[in-house]
Amino acid sequence: MPLVTGLMNFVVPLQIGARDVAFPFLNNFSFWMTTCGAALIMASLFVGEFAMTGWLAYPPLSDIVYSPGVGVDYYIWALQIAGVGTLLSGVNLIVTIVKMRAPGMSMMKMPVFTWTALCTNILIVAAFPVLTAVLVLLGLDRYADTNFFTNDLGGNAMMYINLIWIWGHPEVYILILPAFGVFSEVVSTFCRKRLFGYSSMVYATVVITILSYIVWLHHFFTMGSGASVNAFFGITTMIISIPTGAKVFNWLFTMYKGRISFDVPMLWTIGFMLTFVIGGMTGVMLAVPPADFVLHNSLFLIAHFHNVIIGGVVFGMFAGIVYWFPKAFGFKLDEFWGKMSFWLWTIGFYFAFMPLYVLGLMGVTRRMSQFDDPSLQIWFIIAAFGALLIAGGIGSFIMSIVVAVIKRDKLRDETGDPWGGRTLEWSTSSPPPAYNFAFTPVVHELDAWDDMKKRGYVRPTSGFLDIHMPKNTGAGFILAAISLVLGFALVWHIWWLVAASFIVLIAGSIAHTFNYDRDYHIPASEVVKTEEERTALLAKQQA
Amino acid sequence: MSAHSHAHDDHHDGGASHGTYKSYVIGFVLSVILTAIPFWLVMDGVLDSKVATALWVMGLGVIQIIVHMVYFLHMNTKSEGGWNMLALIFTLVIVAIAIAGSLWVMYHLNTNMMPQMDHDMIPSFG
Amino acid sequence: MTMANTTAAQTEAPVFYLKEEHHPETGTMLGFWIYLMSDCLIFAILFATYAVLGQNYAAGPAPADLFDLELVAINTSMLLFSSITYGFAMLAMEKGSIKGTQVWLAITGLFGVAFVGLEIYEFHHLWSLGATPMRSGFLSAFYTLVATHGLHVTFGIIWLVTLMVQVAQRGLIVENKRRLMCLSMFWHFLDVIWIGVFSVVYLLGVLG
Repeated sequence: MPLVTGLMNFVVPLQIGARDVAFPFLNNFSFWMTTCGAALIMASLFVGEFAMTGWLAYPPLSDIVYSPGVGVDYYIWALQIAGVGTLLSGVNLIVTIVKMRAPGMSMMKMPVFTWTALCTNILIVAAFPVLTAVLVLLGLDRYADTNFFTNDLGGNAMMYINLIWIWGHPEVYILILPAFGVFSEVVSTFCRKRLFGYSSMVYATVVITILSYIVWLHHFFTMGSGASVNAFFGITTMIISIPTGAKVFNWLFTMYKGRISFDVPMLWTIGFMLTFVIGGMTGVMLAVPPADFVLHNSLFLIAHFHNVIIGGVVFGMFAGIVYWFPKAFGFKLDEFWGKMSFWLWTIGFYFAFMPLYVLGLMGVTRRMSQFDDPSLQIWFIIAAFGALLIAGGIGSFIMSIVVAVIKRDKLRDETGDPWGGRTLEWSTSSPPPAYNFAFTPVVHELDAWDDMKKRGYVRPTSGFLDIHMPKNTGAGFILAAISLVLGFALVWHIWWLVAASFIVLIAGSIAHTFNYDRDYHIPASEVVKTEEERTALLAKQQA
Repeated sequence: MSAHSHAHDDHHDGGASHGTYKSYVIGFVLSVILTAIPFWLVMDGVLDSKVATALWVMGLGVIQIIVHMVYFLHMNTKSEGGWNMLALIFTLVIVAIAIAGSLWVMYHLNTNMMPQMDHDMIPSFG
Repeated sequence: MTMANTTAAQTEAPVFYLKEEHHPETGTMLGFWIYLMSDCLIFAILFATYAVLGQNYAAGPAPADLFDLELVAINTSMLLFSSITYGFAMLAMEKGSIKGTQVWLAITGLFGVAFVGLEIYEFHHLWSLGATPMRSGFLSAFYTLVATHGLHVTFGIIWLVTLMVQVAQRGLIVENKRRLMCLSMFWHFLDVIWIGVFSVVYLLGVLG
């Protein structure tokens, strides 16, 4: 999640021609809240233990009776803290995209990645409150002896499962939509062609966003809701695969008759198209309730979701990182190690997870540490081999960064547009200056930068003005750190510290609102200097 | 040559509507009426049918919510370029799905899976 | 859409950047509204939970045994009055009257305090009857839904007091007006949620 959010945070303002997000302080605070949530989980490695209840902490196992230790409390408070960060950043990016697009960039002229970012953040705002509420209820059961999910006194544990999946399904679309956006940008860039079917891509994304709210029960077909309920959700689950399929066709049609260059981002994209489609198809299989009764919680399910998450989200993040790395840091990643990483990951993935489909069909259940049937051992061994290859892929990716840092002068991106991109972020220097754009761009067509290049855009070299920027402040970090202390105190029932840190948090937040001094101006002279440096650098390229 | 044509609303609050004294009072009076009636219906048992009473309570509640939206929150299709209304409608749809969906699902789960009131052990679900 | 000067037979090239500083419209009101929508969803989940668990009395007290509709009616009117007094505060703000704004804000705050106070009184009374949140699923859901609303109102009161201090210090500057408008949305939204609460929890509960 943080990787996905971080990518959107970095790319979207640049793609829409904006200087920053709509609420810069909130952005900073959101980041630190996510970090502190993660820090609280890390703390559990050293102090106490973490939850042993799977990634969704179903009650009654997660209730105080069966998990009396601190593990589930770490889980609850870490997620609540990080959840605040995620929700606020969701609001932030929606307003940014709605309000801060460059003049001329109507909604249907936004880059596809920005569209997917918009839909993702809408999903965030509309799904995370559900998680917040459910975790509060679980927390109340654990701390205050309430009866939401208990076995007796009127509790109903299945309500937790119902609610957590109302969040859980949109969550996976939050993960995948930005990846779809990355692939759209990468395909059009590396096929030197406008993306095929822009409108249908937009509609498909919006349809997926809406449909993702009416499929959640497919995560618990086997819990006894009966034929009518299962049939409804089975059908909606199958329907949601259609817009995704439309997107795949659009990418393929973009590639058709394009001039494809197989740079690392494009390799990841091709790997995605094959791998994700397989995972999607097994998903449609699982959408059939009677089939799911056999396959639920088997290794088949595990194979399916790793198939779509690795093939979709992970490959998408790798593609996005390699694609936008030069923009962020000023030099490309090492190509050899990048390709190595791709091949090891992809081949490793197939070795690691295809056997799991077989094992699942043969009846192997998930979350088991040992299994007795020796005739199935061979599949596990193949899977282990695949895991080793993936480990090599991870190592290669790290190498691609390390080697790139060492060789960065040779890999330097001096034009700002190392791939021949089509969208506005490629019009800035790499990395962009603090103000992103010296002058706000004016947009006329889709693929604005491509349009600018084709129509003889000349980069302005004079007339720079003072630029209005938000001021730095430590308040976001401090408030998040206090939240971390509060979370820790809640986990360990240190009530005096809970009260104290809560009061300090409220007082600190209120104190921060008394700070009206939130901005400053970068003087024109400094802008001139920065832009002149770039002019010189670009002239060197011509020379 | 300058190429921008959209008005910079630096001094305006971005399209939010404001009320007038009259509109607030109308909203208030309507709300009072729409509150008094349901309370009266329930407290005095005015209608014979509980179902009818319940429907009146819910219906008048929905109407009062709309009154609040229009007269107090100045909800309209123009503010923030229509995004306020869109966000509201989207939220209402999700709210309806979450509540109706939960009720439907839980009703079926409860009906099918409610423990028997006998002394047999119920197998637990993993 | 078209500030493009398409270079058909003209000498002008299309303009690709603004020469003057571009100030996007403030997004604060839209952002706050979207946040309110997410808050609405939290309440929706609490309502859904109440709807599902609301009849699990666990052989304990049911709504008809517990709810004092007269008290609830008084509470409802406290909140409704506070809504219109906040409206008057906004009208004073539009007119630029600091004193008017402050007076109406103070009155709104007092109604809010009355609301929360009465709710605490009600909870205390129920608790003393043994109708605690631990007693049953219904009561857990009831207390959580109503108290979450009450906590929101409490937070709103703290915010209101903070804004009164800030208006006293700096007057009705642009930032303060924006904040007052956000609190306005928050405050009215809480009354909207309360309509749901008194209808679904109290009235339908007593109805049986």
